[in-house]
Amino acid sequence: MIPEIGQFALIVALCVAITQAVVPLTGAALGVQRWVAVAVPAALAQLLFVAVAYGCLTWAFLSHDFSVLYVAKNSNSALPLIYRISGVWGSHEGSLLLWSLVLTLWSAAVALFTPGVPRVMRARVLAVMGLVSCGFLLFIIVTSNPFERLLPAAAEGSDLNPLLQDVGLAIHPPMLYLGYVGFSVAFAFSIAALISGQVDSAWARWSRPWTNVAWLFLTLGIALGSWWAYYELGWGGWWFWDPVENASFMPWLMGTALMHSLATTEKRGTFKAWTALLAIFAFALSLLGTFLVRSGVLTSVHAFASDPERGIFILGFLLLVVGGSLTLYAWRAPLLKSAAQTSVLSRDGALLLNNIFLAVVTAAILLGTLYPIAIDAMGDKISVGPPYFNLMFIGLAAPLGVLIGIGMLIRWKHDTFERLKSKLWLPALLAVILAAGLALLLPEFKLAAFVGLSMAVWILLTVISAIRERLQNRSLASALRSTPAGFYGMLLGHLGIAVFIVGITLTSLYTKEKDLRMAPGDTYSVAGYEFTFNGVRQLHVDNYVATRGSFSVHDESGNFATEMFPEKRIYLVQNNPMTEAAINAGLARDLFIALGESLDNQGAWAVRIYYKPFIRWIWLGAIIMALGGVCAASDRRYRRLARGRSPASDALEQAS
Amino acid sequence: MTPARKKRLALVALMIVGVAVGVGFALNSLNQSIMFFLTPSEVLAGDAPSDRLFRVGGMVVKGSVSRPGDGLTVQFDLTDNEKQVTVRYTGILPDLFREGQGIIANGRLDGSGRFVAEEVLAKHDENYMPPELAGMHKEGEPQ
Repeated sequence: MIPEIGQFALIVALCVAITQAVVPLTGAALGVQRWVAVAVPAALAQLLFVAVAYGCLTWAFLSHDFSVLYVAKNSNSALPLIYRISGVWGSHEGSLLLWSLVLTLWSAAVALFTPGVPRVMRARVLAVMGLVSCGFLLFIIVTSNPFERLLPAAAEGSDLNPLLQDVGLAIHPPMLYLGYVGFSVAFAFSIAALISGQVDSAWARWSRPWTNVAWLFLTLGIALGSWWAYYELGWGGWWFWDPVENASFMPWLMGTALMHSLATTEKRGTFKAWTALLAIFAFALSLLGTFLVRSGVLTSVHAFASDPERGIFILGFLLLVVGGSLTLYAWRAPLLKSAAQTSVLSRDGALLLNNIFLAVVTAAILLGTLYPIAIDAMGDKISVGPPYFNLMFIGLAAPLGVLIGIGMLIRWKHDTFERLKSKLWLPALLAVILAAGLALLLPEFKLAAFVGLSMAVWILLTVISAIRERLQNRSLASALRSTPAGFYGMLLGHLGIAVFIVGITLTSLYTKEKDLRMAPGDTYSVAGYEFTFNGVRQLHVDNYVATRGSFSVHDESGNFATEMFPEKRIYLVQNNPMTEAAINAGLARDLFIALGESLDNQGAWAVRIYYKPFIRWIWLGAIIMALGGVCAASDRRYRRLARGRSPASDALEQAS
Repeated sequence: MTPARKKRLALVALMIVGVAVGVGFALNSLNQSIMFFLTPSEVLAGDAPSDRLFRVGGMVVKGSVSRPGDGLTVQFDLTDNEKQVTVRYTGILPDLFREGQGIIANGRLDGSGRFVAEEVLAKHDENYMPPELAGMHKEGEPQ
């Protein structure tokens, strides 16, 4: 009975979504206030119904209802509680339901927390989000019904994919979706503004906090995914340029560009058309990501579903959304004239460059990701290797590192070379000297390490300069009072980049990796640590059996000693082997041991040992960036405006 | 032309040049890092590039996995149900590497027609079939 209620709730939600899309848009066009007023309650009702459907599916997981096909495929009575909850989004149907739930959550948030936005504008935004929701609900109901019955019911479920039985991956998809789908708000604001013809700084101010929040979730989601790949896929890599990773990284890059261009549009009233376009692209790339993951067109560790019907549906939806948006854009964009004149040498110019670089990086990654599909259509099978992506990303992102420092210290509208030079020469010089010093401390001097470190130090020093500039001619108290939270957000975001650069530079250049054959009693030394293999023993845990290896680790001076226990697990239901690496984590280095396979009858195993310096800094950087996002989104300015809503602006809206 | 126009024109020209250079750079680099995917039959037919890495995919022939020497080197045959290629790999095999399982290996041929793999990929799903192999599966794979 419960699954049928869920199914019914989904259909009701679709009807509500259609109402939410059509009625307010028509009302806004014809000036019928009562129709416009439908948007908010519709958004809340839609959340209610999708939440009911989601709750029903969760209930089916919790109560081991194996008469539901999806549950039978992705759960098992021995599955621990937490993975029964996260199992809901463990596969195709459920993760789409989560997508829809997140979208309705964002819609309800827009309905409730935008009191400063004129009613008509808000109604249009909600209507656009309702349209997107229609597409997804229809997709679920038509092609991917999570409530499909299995009759007769299975006696036992075939278990959740063991790779997904992990805390990191349990929270990775919700984070990622909050980010992906969060860009739908900026997208909807952009479309609503294009419909009304009003793209101005008020519009940018409304969009900014939403974009920041979506971006911070996406940042955390990607970082979690990378962390998971590092410890769970078992082989110590943290980024593979896998098509699906790219699919999440491209919206992130566009979202980053969007945040910066929104800043310019709000502050200076420029780049309007470009900002509106970026908002469309950021969301379109999120949809493309969904398409790439869910259609199975790509060979990927993530391509769980491969069903052409579904692929075609999403592709059609994607084309409709992108095509429709771009048509609207082409029609309306000429209205968006920039008000102000700017010189190239200004913060506006620096942000424009930032946007160009980010757009080009995105295009390069898109090319590498889609190229194999295009070639496949012509009959050849190829894949694009990491060297391409590394070269593109490092080559195109490195100038951004330099630009970050300049961007923080350059003035809006107009600046002079002389002033800029006087601000920048000292940080630049110090960065080079300090980085050279640090690079010499490393076990081996490498030019690339020096370059990476100077970039990080440069960002750090320019952040300090930006703070000092704030403090000039002001008491600390008054500076603290007058500095907007957005400023701290910017500093934290950029500091996060610096920390991230240190992480990727040192990890990629100084990792020590050794694949070995080790028999019990063997000792091997990697990067100054002695690893002694003590043999393996068998364990039986909940739904798997494990072969657990034991390693004693010492450093040469004897100061550091620990035991590490990598495992080789066999998950019983699907009979799947899984490598569970042992990781000894530290701020300056990780030690990583993974068991390969048993090589003979005398207890010898294939063993992989890694020494990974500074790898934690990669994710630490992402966390700092996300904190920056929190700061920026919490800027008092957005709330202050929310309170000072004037009836005049509503009247003005209606007139247009 | 007014100075403002001139400036704008210069900016646009600069952007076009930038984009052109970028695209050229990207395509060149893309060209260098693509890996062709071949079946064992294609490899034996001499289609394999000699100057770069490529991928070969197929099923691991049952009973063909052996470990010459006492290190981590492993050798096995890969088949597309028509021809077989011998693959040699030194390192740790992925969890789902099994006889009878579809896998993909990146590497190149040595002088004697043996494929020396730098990386072996098997996907994390026991029903997984590399899409590249799905085609040949239809043509009468004994199951």
